[in-house]
Amino acid sequence: MKVQPLMDPARTLYDKIWDAHATPLGDSGDSLLYIDLHLLHEISSPQAFAGLRGAGHPIRRPERTLAVFDHNIPTSGQALGLAGVEDEEARTQLATLDRNASDAGIEAFRMGDPRNGIVHVVGPEQGRTQPGMTIVCGDSHTSTHGAFGALAHGIGTSDVEHVLATQTLRTRKSRNMRVRFEGPLGPLVGAKDLALAMIAEIGTGGGTGAVIEYVGTAVSALSMEGRMTLCNMTIEAGARAGLIAPDEKTFAYLAGRPAAPRKDEWDAALAFWRTLASDADASFDDELTIDVSRLAPQVSWGTSPEDVIAIDGAIPDPARIADPDQRASKAQALDYMGLRAGEPIAGVAIDRVFIGSCTNSRIEDLRAAADIVRGRRVPSTVRALVVPGSGLVRAQAEAEGLDSIFQAAGLEWREPGCSMCLGMNPDRLSPGERCASTSNRNFEGRQGRGGRTHLMSPAMAAAAAVTGRITDVRTLAR
Amino acid sequence: MTPFIRHCGIAAPLPVSNIDTDQIVPKQFLKTVERRGLKAGLFYDQRYAADGSPLPGFVLDRAPWSEATILVAGDNFGCGSSREHAAWALTDFGIRCVISSRIADIFFNNSVNNGLLPITVPPELLARLMAIAEAGEALCVDLEACVITHGGDIFPFTIDDRIRTRLLMGLDPIGEALAQDGAIDAVERRLATMMPWLPHPAEEEPHAA
Repeated sequence: MKVQPLMDPARTLYDKIWDAHATPLGDSGDSLLYIDLHLLHEISSPQAFAGLRGAGHPIRRPERTLAVFDHNIPTSGQALGLAGVEDEEARTQLATLDRNASDAGIEAFRMGDPRNGIVHVVGPEQGRTQPGMTIVCGDSHTSTHGAFGALAHGIGTSDVEHVLATQTLRTRKSRNMRVRFEGPLGPLVGAKDLALAMIAEIGTGGGTGAVIEYVGTAVSALSMEGRMTLCNMTIEAGARAGLIAPDEKTFAYLAGRPAAPRKDEWDAALAFWRTLASDADASFDDELTIDVSRLAPQVSWGTSPEDVIAIDGAIPDPARIADPDQRASKAQALDYMGLRAGEPIAGVAIDRVFIGSCTNSRIEDLRAAADIVRGRRVPSTVRALVVPGSGLVRAQAEAEGLDSIFQAAGLEWREPGCSMCLGMNPDRLSPGERCASTSNRNFEGRQGRGGRTHLMSPAMAAAAAVTGRITDVRTLAR
Repeated sequence: MTPFIRHCGIAAPLPVSNIDTDQIVPKQFLKTVERRGLKAGLFYDQRYAADGSPLPGFVLDRAPWSEATILVAGDNFGCGSSREHAAWALTDFGIRCVISSRIADIFFNNSVNNGLLPITVPPELLARLMAIAEAGEALCVDLEACVITHGGDIFPFTIDDRIRTRLLMGLDPIGEALAQDGAIDAVERRLATMMPWLPHPAEEEPHAA
């Protein structure tokens, strides 16, 4: 009897990118994953360059590496360059990246360069992030780039050094997980709400060891900016990466970007990109479907991105949690946040508003926020910052007049950077201050020691800005 | 990298879940360009007031845990930011091993890269180890035998063989990868065919002006 040839097994999108880039590392059992694009910033790279110098290792692919200056930089006076950075330690760290990039022949977008900004805004904006690529950066929110169907991992500094020396990441294959968001989203409900709702459901460790592919009608309907927000927050579910298969929206976003394939290569690129989808019969290790047709805007109440409720919900009671460690953590979170179990989240007064971060500082985010604040006024008790994700986002927003709308409403219009998402620069919360924030982490002390962070979408943060309270933005709909 | 073979020491209990790397080492310590000296920032906000004066009561500042070399922590330890400073701060303090029912992926990798042994155990075993740590007693961790011992009790644990070998031998991962240079070249050539529009080194630059 004739033996039938084996069919190629069905593969997921993750499997396909993995297979193209991975090679076994001898008999170690690990793999080396070839890296197509390595993004650097000032915080996680100095020790890596020092390590390379100490060991005498050259940099394998400087032309596949891009450095930006984002975590530490002040959000005013950037045209002054390093001289405008008052914090001496920050200035040293920024100068170190400047020198390391120059010495290594690595392209750098320096402070004041309009192309500079938050690393996860800059990569896609420049068209450097493309479908089917592997991307790493010494920053956990590298998962953002998965919105383009690129496999993107956040790594530590030792691995940054490893990638600089070898252009590979030593790793193991992750599990395949699929999350399906089904249903039309209601007005003023968006990608941030999808992400927060998912993390509330699976927890901050729910994606540990997995790459999550997002599918479903609600994901297809998202803009590229929205998809970046969703993939960005994937790390808050503990996953290794988030992925969305590229489609016509992806290709339209990329067309004409500075690093996109040139005219004569565009068709070949498109043909390759169109192969980047999970096979219909590919199997996943874990699957989850979330019906989002009735989803309300989401808000965090505690100190973990899993501590999330709908805007019309009440703060949960930790006493009802069975696990003692979990109960202790949530009780501590409520205490830190100065909130009581059973209290409605809507109506909680806020002191600060932060609209920005690699999660929500793109043009669409700023448009959504501006649309809510237009013609309204931030109360004098509230201080609100808007920090665009890059110099180009800032310029685009100014061309559209968004800066005037924000300033007329009493919000401060700043220069780009990570800013108050992590408070490494002068933008941070004082103890006890409560902030409506479009960022990604509400950890204790994240935005400033003793600061109290409520995560939400740009539209919701804008609603909080003009009412001085956590407010259902749908009540302010035009 | 210092190999990890067998280690005995006081275990400190941190019975709280979701301890993130922002808590392990807060932002103001990330401005360093050094790997050393980060113990000054370890759990800073829980150990020091805003003015820098010591706060009483944090477990790592109390005897016998001030001498701890092992951490027993609640579920999902090390979640959040990729900052390797968290692993550096722990090793700088003298921690050699972290035990939890779940350890976040990036922190796990950073730990291995610094010779800090991350062990995941089932919740029931974590509860037993937590009780031993709370009693201020020592644990012994034997990575060759994959057991944790306390007095006459022996608790086996599992760890990926590849990780175990790296830690036992204290291998230099960059050296190992560079020894596979030919394999990396082969993938690089394959990918250059697949995505020829991506940038190439200057000498083979297809878009040379």
